[in-house]
Amino acid sequence: MSSPASSESFDLIGERRAVISGAGQSDIGRRLYRDPLELTLDACLAAVSDAGLTTSDIDGLSTYPGGMETPLGFSGAGITEVHDALRLNLNWWTGSMELPSQLGAVINACLAVSAGLAKHVLCFRSVWEGSAQGNEGRSAVMPGGSPGSSYRASGFMEWLLPYSAPSAAMWIAMMANRHFHEYGTTREQLGQIAINARKNAALNPNAIYRDPMTMDDYLNVRMISTPLSLYDCDVPCDGGTAVIVSQIDTVDDLRKPPIQVEALGTALHGRPSWDQFDDLSTMAVRDAGSQMWGRTDLKPQDVQVAEMYDGFSFITMTWLEAMGFCGKGESGPFVEGGSRIARDGELPLNTHGGQLSAGRLHGFGFLHEACVQLWNEGGERQVSGNPEVAVACAGGGPMAGAMLLTQRR
Amino acid sequence: MSTEVPFRILPRVGKRNEHYWHGGRDGELRFQRCADCGYYLHPPTVLCPLCHSKNIVIEAVSGKAEILTFTINYQPWMPGLEVPFVLAVVRCLEQDDLRITTNIVGCDPEEVKIGMPVKVIFEAHEDEEVWIPLFTPDESGRP
Repeated sequence: MSSPASSESFDLIGERRAVISGAGQSDIGRRLYRDPLELTLDACLAAVSDAGLTTSDIDGLSTYPGGMETPLGFSGAGITEVHDALRLNLNWWTGSMELPSQLGAVINACLAVSAGLAKHVLCFRSVWEGSAQGNEGRSAVMPGGSPGSSYRASGFMEWLLPYSAPSAAMWIAMMANRHFHEYGTTREQLGQIAINARKNAALNPNAIYRDPMTMDDYLNVRMISTPLSLYDCDVPCDGGTAVIVSQIDTVDDLRKPPIQVEALGTALHGRPSWDQFDDLSTMAVRDAGSQMWGRTDLKPQDVQVAEMYDGFSFITMTWLEAMGFCGKGESGPFVEGGSRIARDGELPLNTHGGQLSAGRLHGFGFLHEACVQLWNEGGERQVSGNPEVAVACAGGGPMAGAMLLTQRR
Repeated sequence: MSTEVPFRILPRVGKRNEHYWHGGRDGELRFQRCADCGYYLHPPTVLCPLCHSKNIVIEAVSGKAEILTFTINYQPWMPGLEVPFVLAVVRCLEQDDLRITTNIVGCDPEEVKIGMPVKVIFEAHEDEEVWIPLFTPDESGRP
Protein backbone atom coordinates (compact mmCIF):
# COMPACT_ATOMS: atom_id res chain seq x y z
CA MET A 1 0.00 0.00 0.00
CA SER A 2 1.29 3.50 -0.72
CA SER A 3 1.98 6.01 2.03
CA PRO A 4 -0.88 7.70 3.85
CA ALA A 5 -1.94 11.15 2.75
CA SER A 6 -0.23 14.14 4.36
CA SER A 7 -1.90 15.53 7.47
CA GLU A 8 -2.92 18.61 5.53
CA SER A 9 -4.88 16.70 2.91
CA PHE A 10 -6.20 14.31 5.60
CA ASP A 11 -8.05 17.26 7.13
CA LEU A 12 -9.77 17.87 3.81
CA ILE A 13 -10.81 14.25 3.22
CA GLY A 14 -13.59 14.27 5.80
CA GLU A 15 -14.81 10.74 5.09
CA ARG A 16 -11.68 9.37 6.79
CA ARG A 17 -13.31 10.11 10.12
CA ALA A 18 -15.73 7.29 9.23
CA VAL A 19 -15.22 3.54 9.63
CA ILE A 20 -17.39 0.53 8.99
CA SER A 21 -17.71 -1.36 12.23
CA GLY A 22 -20.22 -4.10 11.47
CA ALA A 23 -22.19 -5.77 8.70
CA GLY A 24 -25.09 -8.19 8.63
CA GLN A 25 -27.67 -9.84 6.42
CA SER A 26 -31.02 -11.51 6.88
CA ASP A 27 -31.95 -14.80 5.27
CA ILE A 28 -31.78 -14.34 1.51
CA GLY A 29 -33.94 -16.23 -0.96
CA ARG A 30 -35.57 -16.11 -4.34
CA ARG A 31 -39.02 -16.02 -2.68
CA LEU A 32 -39.20 -16.20 1.10
CA TYR A 33 -42.79 -14.91 1.61
CA ARG A 34 -41.72 -13.41 4.93
CA ASP A 35 -42.69 -10.03 6.37
CA PRO A 36 -40.22 -7.60 4.77
CA LEU A 37 -39.92 -5.67 8.06
CA GLU A 38 -38.71 -8.88 9.71
CA LEU A 39 -36.03 -9.35 7.03
CA THR A 40 -34.99 -5.73 7.49
CA LEU A 41 -34.71 -5.99 11.26
CA ASP A 42 -32.88 -9.33 11.10
CA ALA A 43 -30.21 -7.62 8.99
CA CYS A 44 -30.09 -4.56 11.24
CA LEU A 45 -29.67 -6.55 14.45
CA ALA A 46 -27.04 -8.79 12.84
CA ALA A 47 -25.00 -5.70 11.89
CA VAL A 48 -25.35 -4.09 15.33
CA SER A 49 -24.20 -7.26 17.03
CA ASP A 50 -21.38 -7.78 14.51
CA ALA A 51 -20.01 -4.37 15.53
CA GLY A 52 -20.16 -5.34 19.21
CA LEU A 53 -22.78 -2.67 19.87
CA THR A 54 -26.35 -2.66 21.16
CA THR A 55 -29.31 -0.75 19.76
CA SER A 56 -28.87 1.84 22.51
CA ASP A 57 -25.51 2.74 20.94
CA ILE A 58 -27.14 3.47 17.56
CA ASP A 59 -27.81 7.19 17.21
CA GLY A 60 -28.09 7.47 13.43
CA LEU A 61 -30.24 5.74 10.81
CA SER A 62 -29.92 5.86 7.03
CA THR A 63 -31.54 3.97 4.18
CA TYR A 64 -32.25 3.79 0.47
CA PRO A 65 -34.88 4.34 -0.90
CA GLY A 66 -37.03 4.98 2.18
CA GLY A 67 -40.54 3.62 2.60
CA MET A 68 -42.27 3.12 -0.77
CA GLU A 69 -45.49 1.33 -1.73
CA THR A 70 -44.60 0.96 -5.41
CA PRO A 71 -42.99 -0.70 -7.25
CA LEU A 72 -44.07 -3.60 -5.09
CA GLY A 73 -41.14 -5.25 -3.30
CA PHE A 74 -38.68 -2.41 -3.97
CA SER A 75 -38.57 -1.27 -0.33
CA GLY A 76 -38.78 -3.61 2.64
CA ALA A 77 -39.04 -0.85 5.24
CA GLY A 78 -38.52 2.87 5.67
CA ILE A 79 -36.78 4.88 8.37
CA THR A 80 -39.88 5.31 10.51
CA GLU A 81 -40.65 1.60 10.78
CA VAL A 82 -37.12 0.63 11.76
CA HIS A 83 -36.76 3.60 14.10
CA ASP A 84 -39.88 2.63 15.98
CA ALA A 85 -39.39 -1.14 15.86
CA LEU A 86 -35.99 -0.81 17.55
CA ARG A 87 -37.02 2.16 19.76
CA LEU A 88 -33.90 4.05 18.68
CA ASN A 89 -32.91 7.47 19.98
CA LEU A 90 -31.64 9.22 16.90
CA ASN A 91 -29.39 12.25 16.55
CA TRP A 92 -29.41 12.06 12.75
CA TRP A 93 -31.42 10.18 10.12
CA THR A 94 -32.26 10.16 6.42
CA GLY A 95 -34.02 7.98 3.88
CA SER A 96 -34.16 8.91 0.21
CA MET A 97 -33.67 7.61 -3.29
CA GLU A 98 -32.37 10.84 -4.86
CA LEU A 99 -28.80 9.85 -4.03
CA PRO A 100 -25.57 8.86 -5.75
CA SER A 101 -26.74 5.23 -5.90
CA GLN A 102 -28.10 2.92 -3.23
CA LEU A 103 -24.78 3.28 -1.39
CA GLY A 104 -25.54 6.99 -1.19
CA ALA A 105 -27.32 6.08 2.05
CA VAL A 106 -24.00 4.77 3.46
CA ILE A 107 -22.09 7.74 2.05
CA ASN A 108 -24.55 10.08 3.83
CA ALA A 109 -23.82 8.19 7.04
CA CYS A 110 -20.06 8.68 6.54
CA LEU A 111 -20.67 12.41 6.22
CA ALA A 112 -22.90 12.46 9.31
CA VAL A 113 -20.32 10.78 11.57
CA SER A 114 -17.54 12.90 10.06
CA ALA A 115 -19.53 16.02 10.87
CA GLY A 116 -20.17 14.78 14.41
CA LEU A 117 -23.94 14.56 14.07
CA ALA A 118 -23.93 10.88 15.03
CA LYS A 119 -21.50 8.27 16.38
CA HIS A 120 -22.94 4.98 15.10
CA VAL A 121 -25.23 5.03 12.06
CA LEU A 122 -27.22 1.95 11.16
CA CYS A 123 -27.55 1.81 7.34
CA PHE A 124 -29.97 -0.64 5.75
CA ARG A 125 -31.47 -1.71 2.45
CA SER A 126 -34.06 -4.46 2.12
CA VAL A 127 -36.04 -5.87 -0.80
CA TRP A 128 -38.79 -8.44 -1.37
CA GLU A 129 -39.02 -8.24 -5.15
CA GLY A 130 -38.93 -12.03 -5.45
CA SER A 131 -42.08 -12.55 -3.39
CA ALA A 132 -43.73 -9.46 -4.87
CA GLN A 133 -43.60 -10.78 -8.40
CA GLY A 134 -44.46 -14.30 -7.26
CA ASN A 135 -44.93 -16.66 -10.16
CA GLU A 136 -46.32 -13.99 -12.46
CA GLY A 137 -43.03 -12.84 -13.95
CA ARG A 138 -41.46 -9.44 -14.10
CA SER A 139 -44.51 -7.74 -15.58
CA ALA A 140 -46.26 -8.14 -12.20
CA VAL A 141 -44.06 -5.42 -10.69
CA MET A 142 -43.33 -3.21 -13.69
CA PRO A 143 -44.63 0.36 -13.74
CA GLY A 144 -47.36 1.25 -16.16
CA GLY A 145 -50.69 0.07 -17.31
CA SER A 146 -52.37 -2.43 -19.51
CA PRO A 147 -54.90 -2.08 -22.32
CA GLY A 148 -57.86 -0.08 -21.03
CA SER A 149 -55.96 1.35 -18.04
CA SER A 150 -56.24 5.06 -17.29
CA TYR A 151 -52.61 5.22 -16.10
CA ARG A 152 -50.57 8.02 -17.70
CA ALA A 153 -46.77 8.28 -17.69
CA SER A 154 -45.14 11.31 -16.07
CA GLY A 155 -41.77 12.45 -14.76
CA PHE A 156 -38.78 10.93 -16.55
CA MET A 157 -40.91 7.90 -17.45
CA GLU A 158 -42.99 10.18 -19.70
CA TRP A 159 -40.18 9.90 -22.25
CA LEU A 160 -39.78 6.12 -21.94
CA LEU A 161 -43.08 4.39 -21.17
CA PRO A 162 -44.90 5.62 -24.30
CA TYR A 163 -42.10 3.87 -26.20
CA SER A 164 -42.73 0.65 -24.27
CA ALA A 165 -39.45 0.98 -22.38
CA PRO A 166 -40.36 0.39 -18.73
CA SER A 167 -37.20 -1.50 -17.77
CA ALA A 168 -33.64 -0.38 -17.09
CA ALA A 169 -32.64 -3.54 -18.98
CA MET A 170 -33.58 -1.73 -22.19
CA TRP A 171 -31.90 1.57 -21.28
CA ILE A 172 -28.68 -0.23 -20.30
CA ALA A 173 -28.92 -2.43 -23.40
CA MET A 174 -28.71 0.68 -25.58
CA MET A 175 -25.56 1.80 -23.75
CA ALA A 176 -24.05 -1.66 -24.16
CA ASN A 177 -24.83 -1.59 -27.88
CA ARG A 178 -23.12 1.79 -28.21
CA HIS A 179 -20.07 0.35 -26.40
CA PHE A 180 -20.08 -2.68 -28.73
CA HIS A 181 -20.26 -0.29 -31.71
CA GLU A 182 -17.47 2.05 -30.59
CA TYR A 183 -15.03 -0.46 -29.12
CA GLY A 184 -15.83 -3.82 -30.68
CA THR A 185 -16.97 -5.33 -27.38
CA THR A 186 -18.59 -8.75 -27.79
CA ARG A 187 -21.24 -10.84 -26.06
CA GLU A 188 -18.57 -13.42 -25.24
CA GLN A 189 -16.66 -10.75 -23.33
CA LEU A 190 -19.79 -9.47 -21.56
CA GLY A 191 -20.61 -13.07 -20.66
CA GLN A 192 -17.49 -13.31 -18.52
CA ILE A 193 -19.13 -11.00 -15.96
CA ALA A 194 -22.08 -13.40 -15.61
CA ILE A 195 -19.97 -16.57 -15.68
CA ASN A 196 -17.51 -15.19 -13.13
CA ALA A 197 -20.39 -14.25 -10.83
CA ARG A 198 -21.84 -17.74 -11.07
CA LYS A 199 -18.47 -19.32 -10.36
CA ASN A 200 -18.13 -17.26 -7.17
CA ALA A 201 -21.75 -17.89 -6.14
CA ALA A 202 -21.00 -21.61 -6.09
CA LEU A 203 -18.87 -20.95 -2.99
CA ASN A 204 -21.42 -18.65 -1.32
CA PRO A 205 -24.01 -20.63 0.67
CA ASN A 206 -26.37 -17.60 0.65
CA ALA A 207 -26.33 -17.12 -3.13
CA ILE A 208 -29.51 -17.72 -5.15
CA TYR A 209 -28.09 -19.48 -8.23
CA ARG A 210 -25.08 -21.72 -7.61
CA ASP A 211 -25.11 -24.24 -10.48
CA PRO A 212 -22.23 -23.86 -12.94
CA MET A 213 -22.82 -21.73 -16.05
CA THR A 214 -20.87 -22.33 -19.26
CA MET A 215 -20.33 -19.91 -22.13
CA ASP A 216 -22.73 -22.06 -24.16
CA ASP A 217 -25.39 -21.68 -21.46
CA TYR A 218 -24.81 -17.94 -21.51
CA LEU A 219 -24.95 -17.54 -25.28
CA ASN A 220 -28.04 -19.72 -25.70
CA VAL A 221 -30.33 -18.36 -23.01
CA ARG A 222 -33.26 -16.25 -24.19
CA MET A 223 -32.66 -12.66 -25.24
CA ILE A 224 -34.21 -9.89 -23.14
CA SER A 225 -33.13 -6.78 -25.06
CA THR A 226 -30.12 -7.00 -27.39
CA PRO A 227 -27.32 -7.47 -26.47
CA LEU A 228 -28.55 -8.35 -22.96
CA SER A 229 -29.89 -11.83 -22.34
CA LEU A 230 -31.52 -13.27 -19.23
CA TYR A 231 -28.13 -14.01 -17.64
CA ASP A 232 -27.07 -10.37 -18.06
CA CYS A 233 -29.90 -9.34 -15.71
CA ASP A 234 -29.76 -9.70 -11.94
CA VAL A 235 -32.16 -11.94 -10.07
CA PRO A 236 -34.95 -10.41 -7.96
CA CYS A 237 -34.90 -11.79 -4.43
CA ASP A 238 -35.96 -11.22 -0.83
CA GLY A 239 -33.49 -10.12 1.82
CA GLY A 240 -31.97 -7.34 3.83
CA THR A 241 -28.46 -6.00 4.30
CA ALA A 242 -27.18 -3.60 6.95
CA VAL A 243 -23.87 -2.00 7.87
CA ILE A 244 -22.84 0.20 10.78
CA VAL A 245 -20.89 3.37 10.00
CA SER A 246 -19.08 4.62 13.11
CA GLN A 247 -17.03 7.64 14.01
CA ILE A 248 -13.31 6.86 14.06
CA ASP A 249 -13.01 7.97 17.71
CA THR A 250 -15.22 5.07 18.82
CA VAL A 251 -12.75 2.37 17.73
CA ASP A 252 -12.15 1.21 21.31
CA ASP A 253 -15.86 0.37 21.76
CA LEU A 254 -15.93 -1.99 18.77
CA ARG A 255 -15.67 -5.76 18.60
CA LYS A 256 -13.67 -5.98 15.38
CA PRO A 257 -10.91 -3.96 13.74
CA PRO A 258 -12.97 -1.43 11.83
CA ILE A 259 -12.70 -0.87 8.11
CA GLN A 260 -11.42 2.54 7.17
CA VAL A 261 -13.35 4.63 4.67
CA GLU A 262 -10.44 5.86 2.57
CA ALA A 263 -12.25 7.83 -0.16
CA LEU A 264 -15.72 8.34 -1.62
CA GLY A 265 -16.97 9.13 -5.10
CA THR A 266 -20.36 10.74 -5.70
CA ALA A 267 -19.93 12.96 -8.77
CA LEU A 268 -22.36 13.35 -11.67
CA HIS A 269 -21.04 15.84 -14.20
CA GLY A 270 -23.28 15.09 -17.16
CA ARG A 271 -27.04 15.43 -17.52
CA PRO A 272 -28.92 13.41 -14.87
CA SER A 273 -30.65 11.18 -17.38
CA TRP A 274 -30.47 7.70 -18.90
CA ASP A 275 -30.67 8.92 -22.50
CA GLN A 276 -29.42 12.53 -22.37
CA PHE A 277 -26.03 11.76 -20.72
CA ASP A 278 -23.25 13.06 -22.96
CA ASP A 279 -21.46 9.72 -23.54
CA LEU A 280 -23.87 6.86 -24.24
CA SER A 281 -21.14 4.24 -23.81
CA THR A 282 -20.61 5.04 -20.12
CA MET A 283 -22.59 6.43 -17.20
CA ALA A 284 -22.26 8.51 -14.05
CA VAL A 285 -19.74 5.88 -12.89
CA ARG A 286 -17.18 7.80 -14.97
CA ASP A 287 -17.38 10.86 -12.72
CA ALA A 288 -17.74 9.06 -9.39
CA GLY A 289 -14.69 6.90 -10.18
CA SER A 290 -12.37 9.73 -11.13
CA GLN A 291 -13.50 11.82 -8.15
CA MET A 292 -12.78 8.94 -5.76
CA TRP A 293 -9.21 8.47 -7.01
CA GLY A 294 -8.64 12.20 -6.63
CA ARG A 295 -9.20 11.85 -2.87
CA THR A 296 -6.51 9.27 -2.05
CA ASP A 297 -2.88 8.40 -2.63
CA LEU A 298 -3.88 4.81 -3.35
CA LYS A 299 -4.03 3.70 -7.00
CA PRO A 300 -6.20 1.25 -8.90
CA GLN A 301 -3.36 -1.31 -8.81
CA ASP A 302 -3.54 -1.29 -4.97
CA VAL A 303 -7.08 -2.72 -5.03
CA GLN A 304 -7.19 -6.41 -4.06
CA VAL A 305 -10.95 -6.99 -4.16
CA ALA A 306 -13.53 -5.25 -6.36
CA GLU A 307 -17.23 -5.51 -5.60
CA MET A 308 -18.91 -3.56 -8.38
CA TYR A 309 -22.56 -3.22 -9.27
CA ASP A 310 -23.96 -5.75 -11.72
CA GLY A 311 -27.68 -5.07 -11.83
CA PHE A 312 -26.89 -5.69 -15.48
CA SER A 313 -23.55 -7.20 -16.52
CA PHE A 314 -22.71 -4.22 -18.70
CA ILE A 315 -22.77 -1.86 -15.72
CA THR A 316 -19.81 -3.74 -14.23
CA MET A 317 -17.93 -3.24 -17.51
CA THR A 318 -18.41 0.52 -17.18
CA TRP A 319 -17.28 0.38 -13.54
CA LEU A 320 -14.09 -1.46 -14.56
CA GLU A 321 -13.30 1.43 -16.89
CA ALA A 322 -14.46 4.17 -14.51
CA MET A 323 -12.34 2.76 -11.69
CA GLY A 324 -9.25 2.81 -13.88
CA PHE A 325 -8.73 -0.96 -13.80
CA CYS A 326 -8.53 -0.65 -17.59
CA GLY A 327 -8.77 2.18 -20.08
CA LYS A 328 -11.96 3.62 -21.56
CA GLY A 329 -13.43 1.10 -23.97
CA GLU A 330 -11.02 -1.65 -22.86
CA SER A 331 -13.26 -3.59 -20.47
CA GLY A 332 -13.99 -6.21 -23.14
CA PRO A 333 -10.37 -7.30 -23.63
CA PHE A 334 -9.81 -6.86 -19.86
CA VAL A 335 -12.37 -9.53 -18.94
CA GLU A 336 -11.66 -11.75 -21.97
CA GLY A 337 -11.21 -15.36 -20.89
CA GLY A 338 -12.22 -14.49 -17.33
CA SER A 339 -8.93 -15.27 -15.57
CA ARG A 340 -8.07 -11.68 -14.66
CA ILE A 341 -11.35 -11.14 -12.74
CA ALA A 342 -11.48 -14.61 -11.17
CA ARG A 343 -11.24 -15.05 -7.41
CA ASP A 344 -7.58 -16.02 -7.78
CA GLY A 345 -6.90 -13.48 -10.54
CA GLU A 346 -5.29 -10.05 -10.42
CA LEU A 347 -8.62 -8.33 -9.68
CA PRO A 348 -11.05 -10.64 -7.85
CA LEU A 349 -14.48 -9.34 -8.90
CA ASN A 350 -17.87 -9.79 -7.23
CA THR A 351 -16.60 -12.59 -5.02
CA HIS A 352 -20.06 -13.35 -3.55
CA GLY A 353 -21.67 -13.86 -6.96
CA GLY A 354 -22.91 -10.32 -7.50
CA GLN A 355 -26.57 -9.53 -7.98
CA LEU A 356 -26.46 -11.69 -11.10
CA SER A 357 -26.16 -14.90 -9.10
CA ALA A 358 -26.31 -14.03 -5.39
CA GLY A 359 -29.47 -11.92 -5.71
CA ARG A 360 -30.51 -8.34 -6.22
CA LEU A 361 -29.88 -6.98 -2.74
CA HIS A 362 -29.57 -3.68 -4.53
CA GLY A 363 -26.17 -2.11 -3.98
CA PHE A 364 -25.66 -2.99 -0.33
CA GLY A 365 -24.62 -6.58 -1.15
CA PHE A 366 -21.40 -5.29 -2.72
CA LEU A 367 -20.44 -3.30 0.35
CA HIS A 368 -21.29 -6.24 2.61
CA GLU A 369 -19.05 -8.52 0.57
CA ALA A 370 -16.18 -6.01 0.52
CA CYS A 371 -16.36 -5.93 4.34
CA VAL A 372 -16.53 -9.73 4.58
CA GLN A 373 -13.38 -10.00 2.44
CA LEU A 374 -11.48 -7.31 4.37
CA TRP A 375 -12.40 -9.06 7.65
CA ASN A 376 -11.22 -12.38 6.20
CA GLU A 377 -14.65 -13.89 6.83
CA GLY A 378 -15.28 -15.19 3.31
CA GLY A 379 -14.94 -18.86 4.18
CA GLU A 380 -14.57 -20.95 1.04
CA ARG A 381 -14.75 -17.87 -1.16
CA GLN A 382 -12.21 -15.82 0.82
CA VAL A 383 -9.64 -14.16 -1.42
CA SER A 384 -6.20 -15.29 -0.32
CA GLY A 385 -3.43 -13.04 0.94
CA ASN A 386 -5.36 -11.05 3.56
CA PRO A 387 -6.70 -8.33 1.28
CA GLU A 388 -6.28 -4.83 2.69
CA VAL A 389 -7.84 -2.64 -0.02
CA ALA A 390 -11.27 -3.06 -1.59
CA VAL A 391 -13.70 -1.03 -3.63
CA ALA A 392 -17.46 -1.24 -3.33
CA CYS A 393 -19.53 0.60 -5.90
CA ALA A 394 -23.16 0.78 -6.76
CA GLY A 395 -25.43 2.35 -9.30
CA GLY A 396 -25.93 2.60 -13.02
CA GLY A 397 -27.21 5.23 -15.42
CA PRO A 398 -27.31 8.65 -13.76
CA MET A 399 -26.57 7.27 -10.27
CA ALA A 400 -23.16 6.19 -9.04
CA GLY A 401 -21.52 5.91 -5.65
CA ALA A 402 -18.04 4.53 -4.97
CA MET A 403 -16.27 3.64 -1.73
CA LEU A 404 -12.60 2.83 -1.30
CA LEU A 405 -12.07 0.80 1.86
CA THR A 406 -8.93 -0.29 3.69
CA GLN A 407 -8.12 -2.69 6.49
CA ARG A 408 -4.69 -2.03 7.92
CA ARG A 409 -3.62 -4.86 10.16
CA MET B 1 -48.34 2.14 -40.38
CA SER B 2 -50.92 -0.53 -39.64
CA THR B 3 -54.49 0.66 -39.27
CA GLU B 4 -54.85 -0.99 -35.88
CA VAL B 5 -53.20 1.22 -33.24
CA PRO B 6 -51.03 -0.90 -30.91
CA PHE B 7 -51.22 -0.75 -27.12
CA ARG B 8 -49.15 2.01 -25.57
CA ILE B 9 -48.93 3.63 -22.18
CA LEU B 10 -49.71 7.25 -22.99
CA PRO B 11 -48.12 10.31 -21.40
CA ARG B 12 -49.85 12.73 -19.08
CA VAL B 13 -50.09 15.81 -21.29
CA GLY B 14 -50.00 19.30 -19.83
CA LYS B 15 -48.97 22.82 -20.67
CA ARG B 16 -45.23 22.15 -20.57
CA ASN B 17 -45.17 19.11 -22.88
CA GLU B 18 -48.21 19.46 -25.18
CA HIS B 19 -46.13 20.77 -28.09
CA TYR B 20 -44.31 17.43 -28.27
CA TRP B 21 -47.32 15.12 -27.95
CA HIS B 22 -49.74 17.25 -30.05
CA GLY B 23 -47.35 18.26 -32.86
CA GLY B 24 -48.14 15.13 -34.84
CA ARG B 25 -51.71 16.37 -35.40
CA ASP B 26 -50.10 18.82 -37.86
CA GLY B 27 -47.36 16.41 -38.88
CA GLU B 28 -44.70 18.37 -36.99
CA LEU B 29 -42.01 17.32 -34.53
CA ARG B 30 -41.82 20.26 -32.13
CA PHE B 31 -39.42 21.27 -29.41
CA GLN B 32 -38.91 24.20 -27.11
CA ARG B 33 -36.21 26.58 -28.31
CA CYS B 34 -34.51 29.51 -26.64
CA ALA B 35 -35.45 32.60 -28.64
CA ASP B 36 -32.34 34.41 -27.37
CA CYS B 37 -29.51 31.91 -27.95
CA GLY B 38 -31.20 29.43 -30.31
CA TYR B 39 -30.63 26.31 -28.16
CA TYR B 40 -33.27 23.55 -28.46
CA LEU B 41 -34.49 22.26 -25.08
CA HIS B 42 -35.58 18.71 -24.34
CA PRO B 43 -37.17 17.40 -22.18
CA PRO B 44 -39.26 20.56 -21.80
CA THR B 45 -38.30 23.04 -19.09
CA VAL B 46 -38.97 26.62 -18.03
CA LEU B 47 -35.71 28.36 -18.85
CA CYS B 48 -32.75 27.93 -21.15
CA PRO B 49 -30.06 25.91 -19.32
CA LEU B 50 -27.32 27.73 -21.27
CA CYS B 51 -28.29 31.42 -21.01
CA HIS B 52 -31.12 31.21 -18.40
CA SER B 53 -33.48 33.13 -20.66
CA LYS B 54 -37.17 32.49 -20.15
CA ASN B 55 -37.86 33.63 -23.68
CA ILE B 56 -38.79 30.16 -24.91
CA VAL B 57 -40.70 29.46 -28.11
CA ILE B 58 -42.02 26.28 -29.71
CA GLU B 59 -40.49 25.36 -33.06
CA ALA B 60 -40.87 22.51 -35.52
CA VAL B 61 -37.72 20.72 -36.68
CA SER B 62 -37.20 18.81 -39.92
CA GLY B 63 -37.93 15.45 -38.31
CA LYS B 64 -34.72 14.05 -39.75
CA ALA B 65 -32.46 12.27 -37.30
CA GLU B 66 -29.66 9.75 -36.88
CA ILE B 67 -29.67 6.62 -34.70
CA LEU B 68 -27.12 6.96 -31.88
CA THR B 69 -27.89 3.59 -30.37
CA PHE B 70 -30.71 1.05 -30.15
CA THR B 71 -31.84 -2.28 -28.77
CA ILE B 72 -34.16 -4.98 -30.08
CA ASN B 73 -36.46 -5.80 -27.19
CA TYR B 74 -37.82 -9.36 -26.89
CA GLN B 75 -39.22 -9.27 -23.35
CA PRO B 76 -43.01 -8.83 -23.03
CA TRP B 77 -42.78 -6.37 -20.11
CA MET B 78 -46.48 -5.54 -20.12
CA PRO B 79 -49.65 -7.33 -21.09
CA GLY B 80 -50.60 -6.42 -24.66
CA LEU B 81 -47.05 -5.56 -25.71
CA GLU B 82 -46.04 -7.03 -29.08
CA VAL B 83 -42.41 -8.11 -29.41
CA PRO B 84 -39.84 -7.84 -30.83
CA PHE B 85 -39.58 -4.11 -31.39
CA VAL B 86 -36.78 -1.56 -31.63
CA LEU B 87 -36.07 1.08 -28.99
CA ALA B 88 -33.54 3.72 -30.02
CA VAL B 89 -31.94 7.00 -29.05
CA VAL B 90 -31.93 9.33 -32.05
CA ARG B 91 -30.24 12.68 -32.56
CA CYS B 92 -32.13 15.34 -34.47
CA LEU B 93 -30.02 16.87 -37.21
CA GLU B 94 -30.69 20.42 -35.98
CA GLN B 95 -28.51 20.14 -32.85
CA ASP B 96 -25.83 17.72 -31.64
CA ASP B 97 -27.44 17.07 -28.27
CA LEU B 98 -31.11 17.23 -29.30
CA ARG B 99 -32.01 13.61 -28.58
CA ILE B 100 -35.08 11.55 -27.97
CA THR B 101 -35.70 7.95 -27.06
CA THR B 102 -38.17 6.49 -29.55
CA ASN B 103 -39.14 3.39 -31.51
CA ILE B 104 -37.84 2.57 -34.98
CA VAL B 105 -40.70 1.19 -37.10
CA GLY B 106 -41.35 0.31 -40.73
CA CYS B 107 -38.38 -2.01 -41.16
CA ASP B 108 -37.07 -5.37 -40.03
CA PRO B 109 -35.49 -4.88 -36.57
CA GLU B 110 -32.39 -6.71 -37.83
CA GLU B 111 -31.85 -3.97 -40.43
CA VAL B 112 -31.48 -1.23 -37.83
CA LYS B 113 -27.92 0.12 -37.48
CA ILE B 114 -26.19 2.79 -35.43
CA GLY B 115 -25.69 5.84 -37.65
CA MET B 116 -28.72 5.05 -39.81
CA PRO B 117 -30.64 8.11 -41.08
CA VAL B 118 -34.27 8.14 -39.94
CA LYS B 119 -37.25 10.45 -40.21
CA VAL B 120 -40.22 11.09 -37.98
CA ILE B 121 -43.70 9.64 -38.47
CA PHE B 122 -46.59 9.86 -36.04
CA GLU B 123 -48.81 7.25 -34.46
CA ALA B 124 -52.17 8.83 -33.75
CA HIS B 125 -54.13 8.09 -30.60
CA GLU B 126 -56.88 10.52 -31.62
CA ASP B 127 -59.33 9.68 -28.83
CA GLU B 128 -56.67 10.53 -26.27
CA GLU B 129 -55.28 13.48 -28.28
CA VAL B 130 -51.76 12.06 -28.31
CA TRP B 131 -49.56 11.70 -31.40
CA ILE B 132 -46.49 9.59 -30.64
CA PRO B 133 -43.40 10.62 -32.64
CA LEU B 134 -41.78 7.45 -34.04
CA PHE B 135 -38.96 7.09 -36.54
CA THR B 136 -38.55 5.10 -39.73
CA PRO B 137 -35.58 4.64 -42.10
CA ASP B 138 -35.03 7.72 -44.27
CA GLU B 139 -34.29 6.37 -47.74
CA SER B 140 -33.19 9.81 -48.90
CA GLY B 141 -30.36 9.74 -46.34
CA ARG B 142 -28.98 12.87 -44.81
CA PRO B 143 -30.00 16.10 -46.53
